[in-house]
Amino acid sequence: MKSSVITFPGSNCDRDMDVALNKFGFKNKMVWHNDAELPKSDLVVLPGGFSYGDYLRCGSMASKSKIMKSVINFANSGGMVMGICNGFQILVETGLVPGVLLRNKYLEFICKNVFVKINNKNNTYFKNLDSEVLEFHIAHNEGNYFCTKDQLKEIDDNEQVAINYCDVNGKTEDQFNPNGSIKNIAGIFNKEKNVLGMMPHPERMIDKSLSGEDGSLFFNNLINNLK
Amino acid sequence: MIVNEQVAIDHGLKKDEYVKICDLLKRSPNITELGIFSAMWNEHCSYKSSRLHLKKLPTKGKQVIQGPGENAGVVDIGDNDAIVFKIESHNHPSFIEPYQGAATGVGGIMRDVFTMGARPIANLNSIHFGSPQHKKTKNLLRGVVHGIGGYGNCMGVPTIAGQTSFDSSYNGNILVNAMTLGLVKKDKIFYSKAAGLNKPVIYVGSKTGRDGIHGASMASASFDEKIEEKKPTVQVGDPFTEKLLLEACLELMAGDSIIAIQDMGAAGLTSSSIEMASKGNLGIEINLNKVPCRESKMTPYEIMLSESQERMLIVLENGKEEKAKKIFDKWNLDFAVIGKTTNSKKIELFFDDQQVADIPVNTLVENSPMYDRKWKKAKLPKKNKIKKEELKNLKIIEVLKKILSNPNVCSKEWIWQQYDHTVMGDTIQKPGGDSGVVRVHGTKKAVAASVDSSAVYCWAHPLTGGKQVVCESFRNLISVGAKPIAITNCLNFGSPENEQNMGEFVECVQGIGEAAEYLKFPIVSGNVSFYNQTKEEGIKPTPSIGGVGLIKDYKKMITMDFKEVDNIVLVIGKTEGHIDQSLFARNILDEKNGPPPEINLFNEKNNGETLLKLIEAGHIKSAHDVSVGGIITAVSKMCIRGNKGINLKKPKYLINEIEYYFSEDQGRYIIEVSKDSLKKVIDILNRNAVHYDELGIINEGQLFINEKTKVTIDELRTSNTTWLINYMSK
Repeated sequence: MKSSVITFPGSNCDRDMDVALNKFGFKNKMVWHNDAELPKSDLVVLPGGFSYGDYLRCGSMASKSKIMKSVINFANSGGMVMGICNGFQILVETGLVPGVLLRNKYLEFICKNVFVKINNKNNTYFKNLDSEVLEFHIAHNEGNYFCTKDQLKEIDDNEQVAINYCDVNGKTEDQFNPNGSIKNIAGIFNKEKNVLGMMPHPERMIDKSLSGEDGSLFFNNLINNLK
Repeated sequence: MIVNEQVAIDHGLKKDEYVKICDLLKRSPNITELGIFSAMWNEHCSYKSSRLHLKKLPTKGKQVIQGPGENAGVVDIGDNDAIVFKIESHNHPSFIEPYQGAATGVGGIMRDVFTMGARPIANLNSIHFGSPQHKKTKNLLRGVVHGIGGYGNCMGVPTIAGQTSFDSSYNGNILVNAMTLGLVKKDKIFYSKAAGLNKPVIYVGSKTGRDGIHGASMASASFDEKIEEKKPTVQVGDPFTEKLLLEACLELMAGDSIIAIQDMGAAGLTSSSIEMASKGNLGIEINLNKVPCRESKMTPYEIMLSESQERMLIVLENGKEEKAKKIFDKWNLDFAVIGKTTNSKKIELFFDDQQVADIPVNTLVENSPMYDRKWKKAKLPKKNKIKKEELKNLKIIEVLKKILSNPNVCSKEWIWQQYDHTVMGDTIQKPGGDSGVVRVHGTKKAVAASVDSSAVYCWAHPLTGGKQVVCESFRNLISVGAKPIAITNCLNFGSPENEQNMGEFVECVQGIGEAAEYLKFPIVSGNVSFYNQTKEEGIKPTPSIGGVGLIKDYKKMITMDFKEVDNIVLVIGKTEGHIDQSLFARNILDEKNGPPPEINLFNEKNNGETLLKLIEAGHIKSAHDVSVGGIITAVSKMCIRGNKGINLKKPKYLINEIEYYFSEDQGRYIIEVSKDSLKKVIDILNRNAVHYDELGIINEGQLFINEKTKVTIDELRTSNTTWLINYMSK
């Protein structure tokens, strides 16, 4: 399986994602934001970080990068595109996934482990996973997902919610919401479910010496689903 | 502008210093030259009051590759890997403008590290605020934490450990010390020594603006009521540009184009160019019209003294300019050839085809003033006689809860959750433990780092306090299973012109030196921050020590959380019952006098090294050093972290329970061992003549002394975790 990780000026989780993808069997290539063409890929990842220093709005300038034209075409023709953290912010700025990401409710950066409940397994990202709840790690300042009522209805109707913040037992109550996201949304798909944007960083959970190993479950499953 | 004595005094120079400048130049300086002298001769850049004493510190060791004098210290960790590290203060700017002050402190120290070719792999910080009741404290704390996070998070470097304290002596002068560790290949370390004639001098990074002019001079003066007017002297940081600068510099460093490189920190272009020329015994010629400027009509004076952030000066090999420029173009950074190295041994500046400065380099560096300031020796205070009656009325659990919720002991999670501590995917011990630990990427090795200070002990008796901080750093590294290698120090003191403050400095440095020498824990880098005072009042002497250690196999790392019910808990090191200057004495008995606990360097070394042997042999399940709050506080934290309890018993000593549990005798660790290995552990402790007490047995979830004296761990956790959150949300 071939993957590509895009490096924007200010990306800082690009190496971590490269390490994770290679660890679970992808042949990964790093792609510079100013390139025009994507290499042949089964998965394209927009990594976390502070692309363009978060100036203007998080993700907005990166969404206009040269490479993004190819990424958008790739996504629109059914290619798998995953945006993590800042990558998620870039995805909402391109309009590939609906909604916006506001500043965290308590106006502070949050770095900690959280639990997320998988809301929809009928897609290449989560299908065949045994667990209903994963322990992931978040590190962001603008992860407060918001959308209009109409959008929310559409998202629900199309089963576009991928994961919700919850407790260890999968309860998605308000007190387990770290950033004020509407309906505890931590990640969403496009309508076709080939594009996934999420705030948590599975690439930081790939070794039991680190914050946990649920990221390993996620990547192992993902590559198997892609095969 | 005509330069005279008054203009020099307005620049922070002393009368006799101005006379010396005129003597050295054999004429009076012009305004640009005066600015350059004032920047190079201020306390911050010249170390004029401290140099004499710093020379006495031990700086050499088997693993030391580079000691003080470069941008940062470098130590060898084997397999051609080396760690570059340093701590630095950004106290004055952080008090004036907490967000930018703290942010640029973090930015500056990271630049010091990657200037040497190392990729930063961990950040730490030591931050000290006034009393929580003081009207400024909350906003300063919030601003500083946001600033540290804002810069470090954007750079993608994990902040893995830190220290926060509150004391009214910082009411008018907070401390913000930032430390960075970087990883480099031993054969790819870059230095600031220029070499060769007619080599191009290159300016890269951000443009030069009017921010931070005279920042270093501001940092060399005391605060008064006009401090708010100094806001324009605080630099404004842009972590995004620094991230680009980091990547661009590392890309250029992968080749063989660079002869020397130096970041523009305090005193900007002035100190960076002079430093490079001085170390290479060369001259430098700069055309200031070529310096990329952010604002129009900047004068030579402003260009030379600006402290705009995210800039570097590089001496390149001839003919490598195009190749280097391509890299900086790729990262959208300014790149300009602004001058060349010469054999004049002078710094020669040109602007609009006129020479605007012509100064022999040695007058600025070797001939800079050095003072042997007067200082007062501190007496060891007399011991307090604590009335046993007073202790009898105290309830252990109530006291324990008060201590766990004390601002200086309570959980600092509210702070470190705002720092990205997991980016780079190698953080194996997060903040909140004895040391932060990161793996050396792609290897079995890990590096542990901790930052410590004990202002109360240093204030009570500087010599003992100085020793204690080094020992505490040593212990914090050993507690996670790391072999201590070397330290960096940030020496925060009041005015060197005040004999008592100067005495505190001299004796703390002496203490640091003695302990570092004995423990073979050399000082490889550091910085001095004087004039931490408002009007006449200095802060408590606060040397911060940043320690670095190596874990050869990261799977052997130790954490402090209790692991398993029925395991045995021991305390290593003798408990004598030293109460004076303990958190218990100061906060429960309200007794602020008396000497700090004594330091016995033999025991310190022996206890620590023996514990490392036990860890190496795989006998230790968890470990934690005993520090403020004594044994019971240390044990409670291990219970809270591991969600386990303990049945505690006081050994049959002659001292009473309160003294046993709350005293702050030094050189002690709490360790957890399984029943099976207890005998072996005791054997090893006995063989090495290490004193130990059996402290108790781990249970499900209660701290139990007797039926009347017990508490659930959940209750202790609440005491420990709520104070800071409540304080910040009010």
